Amino acid sequence: MDDWLPASGRTRGRTAAADRTAAGAAWMCAVIVTLAFGWIAADLLWHGLSRLTPGFLFEMPQLSGRAGGLASIIVSTLAILAICLAAAVPIGLGAAILLAEYSRSDRRLGRFVRRSLDVLAGVPSIVFGLFGNAFFCVYLGMGFSLLAGGLTLACMVLPLLIRSLEQGLREVPDDWRNAAAALGMSKAATLRSILLPAALPGLVVGLVLGMGRALAETAALLFTSGYVMRMPGSVMDSGRALSIHIFDLSMNVPGGTGNAYGAAVVLLLMLLTVNLLALAIARRWQLTQPGPL
Amino acid sequence: MTPPLLPMRHAPSALLANGSEQHAIELRNLCVCYHGKRAFRDISLAVPRGEITALIGPSGCGKSSLLQCLNRLTDMIPGCHVEGDVRVEGLNIMDPAQDLLTLRRHVGMLFQRPNPFPLSIRRNIELPLREHGVIRKPELRARIEQVLDDVGLWDEVRDRLDSPALALSGGQQQRLCLARALALAPRVLLMDEPCSALDPLASAKIEELIVRLRGQYTVLIVTHNLGQARRIADHTGFFWTEDGIGRLVEFAPTHTLFNQPQDPRTRAYIRGERG
Amino acid sequence: MISPQRVDATLLAALRISAGLAGVLLLIIFFFMAAESWAGLRDIGPLRFVLDASWHPEPAAANGSFRITAMVAATLAATAGAVVLATPLAIGAALFLRFYAPPGLAGPFKRIVELLAGVPSVVYGFWGLVVLVPLLATLGGPGQSLLAGILILTLMILPTITLLAHAALVSVPPAYLQAAAALGMSRWTTIRSVALPAARGGLFTGIVLGTGRAAGETMAVLMVCGNIVQLPDSLLAPVRTLTANIALEMAYALGDHRAALFVSGLVLMLLVTGLVLAVARLDASSGRFRHG
Ligand SMILES: Nc1ncnc2c1ncn2[C@@H]1O[C@H](COP(=O)(O)OP(=O)(O)O)[C@@H](O)[C@H]1O
Ligand SMILES: [Mg+2]
Repeated sequence: MDDWLPASGRTRGRTAAADRTAAGAAWMCAVIVTLAFGWIAADLLWHGLSRLTPGFLFEMPQLSGRAGGLASIIVSTLAILAICLAAAVPIGLGAAILLAEYSRSDRRLGRFVRRSLDVLAGVPSIVFGLFGNAFFCVYLGMGFSLLAGGLTLACMVLPLLIRSLEQGLREVPDDWRNAAAALGMSKAATLRSILLPAALPGLVVGLVLGMGRALAETAALLFTSGYVMRMPGSVMDSGRALSIHIFDLSMNVPGGTGNAYGAAVVLLLMLLTVNLLALAIARRWQLTQPGPL
Repeated sequence: MTPPLLPMRHAPSALLANGSEQHAIELRNLCVCYHGKRAFRDISLAVPRGEITALIGPSGCGKSSLLQCLNRLTDMIPGCHVEGDVRVEGLNIMDPAQDLLTLRRHVGMLFQRPNPFPLSIRRNIELPLREHGVIRKPELRARIEQVLDDVGLWDEVRDRLDSPALALSGGQQQRLCLARALALAPRVLLMDEPCSALDPLASAKIEELIVRLRGQYTVLIVTHNLGQARRIADHTGFFWTEDGIGRLVEFAPTHTLFNQPQDPRTRAYIRGERG
Repeated sequence: MISPQRVDATLLAALRISAGLAGVLLLIIFFFMAAESWAGLRDIGPLRFVLDASWHPEPAAANGSFRITAMVAATLAATAGAVVLATPLAIGAALFLRFYAPPGLAGPFKRIVELLAGVPSVVYGFWGLVVLVPLLATLGGPGQSLLAGILILTLMILPTITLLAHAALVSVPPAYLQAAAALGMSRWTTIRSVALPAARGGLFTGIVLGTGRAAGETMAVLMVCGNIVQLPDSLLAPVRTLTANIALEMAYALGDHRAALFVSGLVLMLLVTGLVLAVARLDASSGRFRHG
């Protein structure tokens, strides 16, 4: 071979060296990313896990959160999350169905919605906070409240939610849409009896992703649901979300670092649970998805 | 196989009102475009009622598109535009005011890939029946048994009507799809290569069923199997593409088309396929 | 019984309303941001955001000074620094994931990147505050600094860019790579001259979206940058970004001060919108290219 394709030894040597250097660099990047992850995870778990006692979860915070637990914080967080989902899921599901199932008849509306959601997905969360304050708190007169915070988050998760719900619907094979249409079944019955049940796992994954995004959010809540640490009595009360609590403990409360670690680990565990749930559902779905024939 | 008499919420009379004497389907100058590009041009065709009509020709010449015009499944395809005159049992189905649910209830379709719903065998037939107004339990049960029996599936599945339809074999699934279509007592049955995803045995069973439909239904079947067209069809149409645009080259009684084709392209195609 | 046609029509109307609401939400947000900014733009005027002596806002425009240039500079510096650091790392990590990782390692590594992408920004900020900032303080200065912000932002956008770059690399048709391999090209030559060019659209999208995320990030920079309004003269100097400024002052801002904060929010929003639209245009044109 060398006879008729004479590559000089030097060229080949240089190629091999470049190859090795590139491989080394790629490995290096991976090692840096892994180390960063390890460092963050180890630090948080090391300082935070020891604080995870039942008391920490179920006692009221005391001394600005330095002492005591997270009871009212967790309640506020879950309330905000519930409001967010209650508002975002119906609208999101409706929009996702329109985008996935009526792409022919409603092409222009679909294109408008899609483009608008693409922009919305990139809007910084602090801007959602400003908007939520101006619209929900001031214009609609909700004041600083769980309701205002939840609705602000609903606006924020809508793009992600719609995109993943639409994805879930699109995974349903067209065969069934054609079969239903050819049998003269109405769109409503097709959705209710065939498409939505078949897409359910995908829809749940979308829902879970939206939940994760909402749980992780802080900036949009700073001036919508507020800082108040008391146990909320109604959705019109202000309440402090877990993420805000972490921020406040670490920035504004001397000696709050310890409990901030605990709260951070609780938040991460909630997110992890939510993500594992999504993963498990997606896995299970792949296993039960019927192949062709 | 007796033609089932289905109580209808949408009266079929509208469809039967002024059909011509022998033709269930009449096409005049039918054109289909995808994104402005023509798939086929100016097809005119009259399909005799109660007979089996086969469409043959190479892939991509528009046979599936033509079938989908007849139950307006083309409405669901993005970028698809249909022009021309289509009459099914005398009714102008291209009329924008035509109710699609009624049309599709009268024009059944069998697809290339069996497509039972991810539901039980029973629900697969029950669901469309309920949609079209059959809601009484005993009637549903009787009708399900009858159509499953019509397609020779009753004895195979009578004990597991509530197990998933997707657990059936490919051939059984396709027969279930046929039963599901028959349950609505359509006037016309469209079949798009209904056997091409099946093994020879299952394929032969379906073929046998199609033959038994003759006389009660108007069957329009696309097939790549020339032998099948010869065996079962009363009339055969031959499609061909020129410059990427499909055309109906020849339409004749099956034995004429196969034994004395008028067009040299038909002759070449049939001979080529023979080996 | 209602006819199925009627049910379908009602359903479609409901779906259109939902989709319409989702679609006009962006317009509503723009409208409210603009409306709240309006008083500020009118009373303060756009020039004073640049020409005033400093940032000492007051509820009445006449009493305060409203220069935001230092905060704009801080935002730009932090964003640029993070993008410059994160891009090569992320592309390296994506190449590792696609071409170099041994089969047993690719899965866990991808999971790690996904986990990093899911960590809330407040947690990054917290970690930066308690771990990174004291470390940087040993270099001199207070620790809370532009550099701290850059490092934390790097960590935050790294997984985003990595995942998008990886997706772009995965979608390079295997036939290209096989062709290169069949020609006896080395792995690095294949990557450099086949894979990276073919994936360049996706890589660019990842970088631009990472930029948007860095520019819009609030909590992490708020917690590690020190929040002093000044032009950064060194990497170790504390700075305040536009987003941090909003978060710090919204709670008590009134009148023109409040409006000025909305103006900075609007500026951010327009900036990020511009980036997203640029990416969309790029995607569309590269799509056209791909399909001939
Ligand atoms: N959904 C579609 N979108 C765009 N073009 C299509 C679509 N379906 C079919 N076509 C085009 O229309 C022509 C006819 O296709 P088809 O009706 O499937 O032919 P056949 O069934 O005879 O193989 C082909 O050129 C095909 O590329
Ligand atoms: Mg076909």
